Amino acid sequence: MPMFIARRLSAGVLLLFVISLLSYLLLSLPDLDVARQLLGNSAGQAAIETKNHELGLDRPVMVQYTDWLAHALRGDFGTSWFSGEDVTQAIMNRLPVTASLMICVTLVTAVVSLLLGVWAGVRRGAVDRVVQVLGVAGYALPGFLVTLVIVVVFAVQLRWFPAIGYVDLGESFSGWLSTITLPVLSLSIGSIAGVSQQVRGSVIDVLRQDYVRTLRARGLPSSRIVFRHVLRNASAPALSVLGMQFVSLLGGAVLVEQIFGLPGLGSMTVNYTTRGDIPVIMALVVFTVIGVVLINLLVDILIGWLNPKARTA
Amino acid sequence: MNEGEGRVNAPSTVRRGALGRLARNPLGLVSAAVLALIALAVLLAPVLVSQPPDASDLRHAFAGPSGGHPLGFDSAGRDIWSRLLYGGRTTLSGALISLAVSLLLGVPSGLVAGYRGGRLDGLASWIANLVMALPAMIVLLASRAVLGSTVWVLMVVLGVLVAPAFFRLVRGIVVQVRGELYVDAARVSGLGDARIIARHVLVVVRGPIIIQIALVAGIAIGLQAGLEFLGIGSGDTPTWGAMLNEAFQNIQRSPALMLWPGLALGLTSGALVLLAGALRDVLEDRTGGGSGRARRRAVPVPAAAPVPADTVPADPADAASADPAAAAAEDHGPAGRATLLSVRGLAVGYRLPDGSDREVVHDVDLDVAPGEIVGLVGESGSGKTQTAFSVLGILPEGGRILRGGILLDGQEVVGLPERRRRALRGGMVAYVPQEPMSNLDPAFTVGSQLVEPIRVRLGLSRKQAVQRALDLLSLVEIADPERTFRSYPHQISGGMAQRVLIAGAMSCEPRLLIADEPTTALDVRVQAEILELLRRLQREHELGVLLVTHNLGVVADLCDRVAVMREGRIVETGTAEQVLHAPADPYTRTLLEAVLDHVPAREPWQPRKVVVP
Repeated sequence: MPMFIARRLSAGVLLLFVISLLSYLLLSLPDLDVARQLLGNSAGQAAIETKNHELGLDRPVMVQYTDWLAHALRGDFGTSWFSGEDVTQAIMNRLPVTASLMICVTLVTAVVSLLLGVWAGVRRGAVDRVVQVLGVAGYALPGFLVTLVIVVVFAVQLRWFPAIGYVDLGESFSGWLSTITLPVLSLSIGSIAGVSQQVRGSVIDVLRQDYVRTLRARGLPSSRIVFRHVLRNASAPALSVLGMQFVSLLGGAVLVEQIFGLPGLGSMTVNYTTRGDIPVIMALVVFTVIGVVLINLLVDILIGWLNPKARTA
Repeated sequence: MNEGEGRVNAPSTVRRGALGRLARNPLGLVSAAVLALIALAVLLAPVLVSQPPDASDLRHAFAGPSGGHPLGFDSAGRDIWSRLLYGGRTTLSGALISLAVSLLLGVPSGLVAGYRGGRLDGLASWIANLVMALPAMIVLLASRAVLGSTVWVLMVVLGVLVAPAFFRLVRGIVVQVRGELYVDAARVSGLGDARIIARHVLVVVRGPIIIQIALVAGIAIGLQAGLEFLGIGSGDTPTWGAMLNEAFQNIQRSPALMLWPGLALGLTSGALVLLAGALRDVLEDRTGGGSGRARRRAVPVPAAAPVPADTVPADPADAASADPAAAAAEDHGPAGRATLLSVRGLAVGYRLPDGSDREVVHDVDLDVAPGEIVGLVGESGSGKTQTAFSVLGILPEGGRILRGGILLDGQEVVGLPERRRRALRGGMVAYVPQEPMSNLDPAFTVGSQLVEPIRVRLGLSRKQAVQRALDLLSLVEIADPERTFRSYPHQISGGMAQRVLIAGAMSCEPRLLIADEPTTALDVRVQAEILELLRRLQREHELGVLLVTHNLGVVADLCDRVAVMREGRIVETGTAEQVLHAPADPYTRTLLEAVLDHVPAREPWQPRKVVVP
């Protein structure tokens, strides 16, 4: 197991390196003329050149990248070209918002999908059809459309929750709960649709396995078979789907944070990417990829724990 | 999902059948119609609207429907109907671009990587995983900074981002197909790689690709609308996402503005996903190799004989005249002797989608006395296993006992509540399965799988149960019980696994053992050992054994009595000597001939070869 974790971590580091390099090269490819954007059209050529020198843009791209990498490895992502903020600080301010959103969504998704999926897979019949219809509906509708409907119903019509804004968890728990509930609900619906279908499918698959029949032939109660043997074997594929969902959840978070006015990394992405603020974009890319790598590592470790065969792979 | 595995399908009707079934699938038909309607309306936009999408008149802001403007006006006094249709043009053509890019990138690379394997496959898969680790929305936002905010360029980027969906799908299937016999056969017969891919591999991936197209189109439309909702895209062209954004700005004043673009978007992507589902139902059943699910089915439901479908429900009158039923009846177990198992008039059926039952076992009579080994022989699909499962009460989903009775040690078990039925399983009657590997739960150690039933059924403490499990492992002649106890199923050999399963069957001291082809999956040397083990256990424990097999050599070796099954009926019963040396039924004779050396071991599949004189 430690070998396995080490191998996955080094693969993750390599991935991070490749993606950061590619991103940097792609971002430097077009002439965004940042200095002119910053100084305005009236600025003279000399001023532009000074600014470019100041930003380090007059150096070759690879030199710029290695410089960036050297700082990034020390946790220094530079300052925003446009707002002058310290990028690491700005991200750290916004990370808790997105993190609490993602953690809540993942927990809600895992619990609800497991319940729905097992229920539908074991009972079949009417319950199964309801879960399947819900699954298809959740999958078929674009996430942000669902979010808009939720805003209209719960915030505009019923006025149960505020439509916009965020209260920090440290400030007030009830305030945090009331502002985070609708975003979590919006994001969870789509991922529950996906994951519960996977749980249902793998439960049905596992129920058809020979060893389940043999366990029945040994006279074990079916509840024990379902909760010990079927659940354990069915969770591995469900977990990998949950891990893959995480990537699309990050995308969904961008829209949801924008719609609900949450000051997280998602809305930061929208606001900072327009102008080609390379330090900010690079930091955002790095943080998202770190998140994805860590989540997938966690999923792999859990799968290895659940399925002994995967440990040797 | 699809329970059609037993259905009789003539190969020539596959193609028409698939289209016909799509037409009969109401959801598929409706989604296809909705998509066609949307596409048509969008194409005919110039004819269908009375004013261009950008014509704005502030006097009409938020105005309701009026002549020529069926959906009213938006916040800037523009015709919603017109914007909706022109917006659809951008949305749909954008999705087409993404789709084309991802197909072009994903399918050929998946074919080659899956077919060639090796380092190329490793590299391609690594790239695909890399792309998949990127959150699409964030990459799209970042690339907007670089590439400008033209919708079309962003849709190309989106196409690249979703290409792994096709790559992984195609690669996965091709890897699976490459190992199949017919591809090997094609390679042996000298076909080039390109021809093999074109003729054998493409056929298999076609169905799944079509399904994936519908899904990816839905995803592309959703993501694109999301981008436009965020205000990214060409400002001058109307799009559904931009219309939603505008409506969202006016959410307090007029939430109804969201209705039309929301509906258009929801309908389109919803119809695509539903269509994908319907296509999956229709195509994946046919292409077979698609998901592998059909072949992975654990339950060998007997295939209906390849006769015209309408004759499948057996005609009792015909059967009675054909079978030497009267002669057979006299042979059931020595009269007066206490029987362990007594099956009378058993019929097993499977529920068909139309609510009727397809009978696969008809009026079977069978007896096993204590200490007796009875062989139940017949070719695959003759209903042997279904009979055995009925005795154990573990018929698979959809199967049930239609008629007849099963006495286990004098107790009628048909109709017994599941709780009391369960009490007999493992204790009174135990089961040794056919495939040793697939019958052990891969997630638990051998030991814990042995300990569990011992603790649940016999109520022993953990320590006692562990000791008993170790004793059982020695009983089945496993050299190092402690080590096997700690092993996971994938760490032991097939023969070892079969010993473990026999140990499991013996764990609660059963009196009747039902062994379903216990040696078929093992190699010859191990077969002999396992049979010897079964014989020893049977003698030492005075077990009654019902041995399901198609191997007459095993029958001659072990069995006291034999029942021969064919197409769900017992055609002959008697002592092993009687049946093997002087078979009364012509079918038994052909079975016997098949093991003679001068006869080809297996002729081409012709189950109906026997003609009753």
